[in-house]
Amino acid sequence: MNQFDYVRPASVAEAVKAASTPGAAYLAAGTNLLDLMKGGIVQPSRLVDVTRLPGLDRIERLADGSLRIGALVRNADLAHDEKFAKHYPAVAEALLSGASAQLRNAATVGGNLLQRTRCAYFYDTASACNKRSPGSGCDAAGGDNRLHAILGWSEGCIATHPSDFCVPLAAFDAVVEIEGRNGRREIALDALHRLPGTTPERESVLEPGELLVAVRLPASAKSFAAHARYMKVRERNSYAFAVVSAAAGLVIEGGVIKEARLALGGVAPKPWRARSAEAQLAGSAASDAAFRRAAQAALVDAKPSGNNAFKIELAQRVIVRALTLAAQGTPERVPALPASPFSSAIGALNV
Amino acid sequence: MNLSLRLTVNGERREMTLDDPRVTLLDLLRERLQLTGTKKGCDRGQCGACTVLVDGRRINSCLTLAASHDGADILTIEGVAQGEHLHPLQAAFIAHDGFQCGFCTPGQIMSAIGLIAEAQAGDDPERIREAMSGNLCRCGAYAGITEAVLEAQKILKDTKTERAA
Repeated sequence: MNQFDYVRPASVAEAVKAASTPGAAYLAAGTNLLDLMKGGIVQPSRLVDVTRLPGLDRIERLADGSLRIGALVRNADLAHDEKFAKHYPAVAEALLSGASAQLRNAATVGGNLLQRTRCAYFYDTASACNKRSPGSGCDAAGGDNRLHAILGWSEGCIATHPSDFCVPLAAFDAVVEIEGRNGRREIALDALHRLPGTTPERESVLEPGELLVAVRLPASAKSFAAHARYMKVRERNSYAFAVVSAAAGLVIEGGVIKEARLALGGVAPKPWRARSAEAQLAGSAASDAAFRRAAQAALVDAKPSGNNAFKIELAQRVIVRALTLAAQGTPERVPALPASPFSSAIGALNV
Repeated sequence: MNLSLRLTVNGERREMTLDDPRVTLLDLLRERLQLTGTKKGCDRGQCGACTVLVDGRRINSCLTLAASHDGADILTIEGVAQGEHLHPLQAAFIAHDGFQCGFCTPGQIMSAIGLIAEAQAGDDPERIREAMSGNLCRCGAYAGITEAVLEAQKILKDTKTERAA
């Protein structure tokens, strides 16, 4: 790990000032950043430890029916907040399908949104990577790329965004609050992450020094609570990133879908909202045929970026499964194996 | 750059000066406080061997800076037994063959103590396995580990009920 200055500001304003100098990075739990620093992938000259900043660790219900989640709320605390899990079950399921219990106890909401890709070539400093070292090329193209992007990628970068949490957040129109040198601004979560284009090193729209202070879920997000699921296919059934995942939310009246929300994970450089599929679902019967049509619509622009054409078919199947399970109704409690497509071995002591 | 740090480690108050902010909580415990029960496996948050409780919550001590935890209460494997009396989880790991080589065991036990405190898994073996997925065991003692966690949880619950009665 490189040498760095460690500073612990007492207020958001102090933090923004301290992080505005070139080479500075914010440190929250550090579950991703310290891993990257140990590998020499990022080398910040100053760490601005925000974990003690007051007021950012609260979950607040606002008067307009929205929910404000402070950036320092720990993933586990949010997922296990009973009211939260009841009102936003697909978000809780996504959180619990990610990482391990230890990591969820540490990792923060803000850190989850701003975590870096897990592309192996980004992590391997001996490989060419336009994201890590702009202009050096992309060894993932032509390399082991079966897990890489099928949507939104560019010639310069085919990495995916690894977050589970962001997928339902994108589906349910979450908004992020950002504090910077020029005060506070807010943007849709869907607009937080950038597509790589020719500048894959720029992953978000945050300017130097800007600090993500909260995520808000609008009142409308609650209306999907009765029919909301997160479905995630991974290479092992726990403690693994998504190969493909989908967050689905439905409002169903008399067998007819009034409103639908759908977003995909593991397929693109950002959480991928499938708006055309949502439009197709609205007004149709909650049927297998409708789910299949929606799945096709969601992947219509998909293109393999390497040996990963299978992800286009897999994503459609995951969408159909997520919509089918959502239509059946949100389970009383997040399942024992969150977001898993595999049935639980109920009662088995050892498997 | 010197940083002063106050920690309570296994019930004992410690004050120290860190000469380097890069020291992880794991390295502080092992290299500076000579508490080598907490193991360094991958050092990248993938194996769980370094699991300790910080303010009652289980985390990976390899992926956090010691400097971030000024004022925290740390519990490591060295602090769980009461004198000669093993913690119920330690006893259950022995009774159920919850290990072979033992390298992952301190992390497994600290993780299981955290799991029981979280009170999310209940007595569902599937939920316990899922909640223990952050602790890898190269010897594959998972079957015994699940049994040990179930039994220790029951003992701890019964003890609590007896005390309350």
